[in-house]
Amino acid sequence: MNPAYSVLLFTTASGAGYGMLALLGLTGFSHGPASSMAFALVSMVIALGLITVGLLSSTFHLGHPERAWRAVSQWRSSWLSREGVAAIITYGPALLFGAVWSGLIDAPQLIAPLGLFTAVMCAVTVFSTGKIYSTLNTIRAWNQPLTVPVYLSFALASGAAVLMAVAVIFGRFQTFQLALGASALLLIAVLKFLYWKAIDNAPRDRTMANATGLGAGVRQWELPHTARNFIQKEMGFVVARRHSEKLRALFFILLAIVAAAYGACLISPWFALIAAPVLLFAAWVERWLFFAEGEHVVTLFYGNQQA
Amino acid sequence: MTCLPAPSAKKLGLVIDLDTCVGCQACATSCKEWNTQGYSAPLTDANPRSADPLGTWLNRIHGYEVKEADNENSRIVNFPRSCLHCETPACVTVCPTGASYKRAEDGIVLVNPDVCIGCKLCSWACPYGAREYDYSHGVMKKCTLCVDRIYNENFVEEDRVPACVKACPTGARHFGDLGDANSKVSKLVAERGGYDLLPEMGTKPVNKYLPPRARRDATTLPPESLPKGDGSAIDRLFAWADGLLGGKQAAPRSTKKTKG
Repeated sequence: MNPAYSVLLFTTASGAGYGMLALLGLTGFSHGPASSMAFALVSMVIALGLITVGLLSSTFHLGHPERAWRAVSQWRSSWLSREGVAAIITYGPALLFGAVWSGLIDAPQLIAPLGLFTAVMCAVTVFSTGKIYSTLNTIRAWNQPLTVPVYLSFALASGAAVLMAVAVIFGRFQTFQLALGASALLLIAVLKFLYWKAIDNAPRDRTMANATGLGAGVRQWELPHTARNFIQKEMGFVVARRHSEKLRALFFILLAIVAAAYGACLISPWFALIAAPVLLFAAWVERWLFFAEGEHVVTLFYGNQQA
Repeated sequence: MTCLPAPSAKKLGLVIDLDTCVGCQACATSCKEWNTQGYSAPLTDANPRSADPLGTWLNRIHGYEVKEADNENSRIVNFPRSCLHCETPACVTVCPTGASYKRAEDGIVLVNPDVCIGCKLCSWACPYGAREYDYSHGVMKKCTLCVDRIYNENFVEEDRVPACVKACPTGARHFGDLGDANSKVSKLVAERGGYDLLPEMGTKPVNKYLPPRARRDATTLPPESLPKGDGSAIDRLFAWADGLLGGKQAAPRSTKKTKG
């Protein structure tokens, strides 16, 4: 599958934003009012900013961005529509939570319920994003039980990393943030390792023979067109095996750097400022690979013998 | 609504005969011609006269080489590929806007070009590559089963078929109601063993493909049963004439005579 940069930016940036927002909500739920209004406002602006930049970038790949509002209408059947609905709903409790948690509005009794509701909506939104991909049975590498957990865990890990960096700047670094960040980091490393193992071992039992119904002795003789068409541009992109192995290795190296930076945070919390961008870059590499390793079943009509 | 309607009794679709299709592209070009001025926005071509043209087409004709057994020569099968108007179309349910829909009355799968946002998710969900994105209009295009022809009362009865069916010079494309077991197309499917493409995807295609007929049957003789020369004077005369007309490549009919 073609890794469209607008979609990569959307899923990585808004993923980090939702992860961070959920953690802020849970902080408010468990600890009550924010210790400083400046920290609360800046962290809320960063979380909602990441979400909004991501959502806007996702509209760049639309043919008609001005009609994007129509996408909330089909939530009964479409995970993309559900994601849109969840994303829009989340803004309501999130903005209210930011106002009461930071102290802009004095209603401390609302902090806990709004914080919890915001966190739940963040999880619902990222869950829906994962479901868009995991429910497509045309792409075996996406149609995996681990796809949704991977999306959720990346949101948590990248959100925790960004939140930690902001907390350090405001002098609000605490060791439990580090414990959370490190646990989430371990989680994405394990889940991605298992995910790659699963897609490498998945049987490629869809064949050109079955797709065309012409039996085992079939091979492509002539393409229907002389230049590449939309189907080949969009669905025909598959990264070469040796490149994907290099990028997988790069991903784990980046995670090791993040882990080292987290370790160094015990000496100086300022290392969190290194961890966050490196982890976001790792998420970008992972998301690029997620698309590039997705082999679409339509390629069977275009010369691919197995998918 | 992108939720699927209750299965319709009428299931309009195509039956494509891979035995008689000659790969002439007449169906593809007539489809393009009709649909560029019809129901949806025009089917545009980008850079049509450059080295790298990019066109939107609703019908693509693949060519496959099939070798059924090692000792056989391979044969070419022309393979038209377009929307199969599935009973459970994955492309419809993923649509976030309701632009994609399956008609309750006859099962035709359509895109409303005024509502489509061009997110392309339907093209990811379709196993058959039936939907092509039109880069200049920013919306998804697909086979409409010529919905603006088949019910068109301005046309005489025999023209109320999809443009591809009308254009096919070998009668390899058949249009009809596959929900009716007694229709001509349903009988054809039953008689010729019509099959679904990628049934394991669970889309339940309405369109069916008729497999190429067996290469040899009672009406086609295997090469070894061709008449052999008997070495008589008349046979040698024919062999001499063959050689004269065909040059050195001409195969002698007589097994005795080996000189070309």
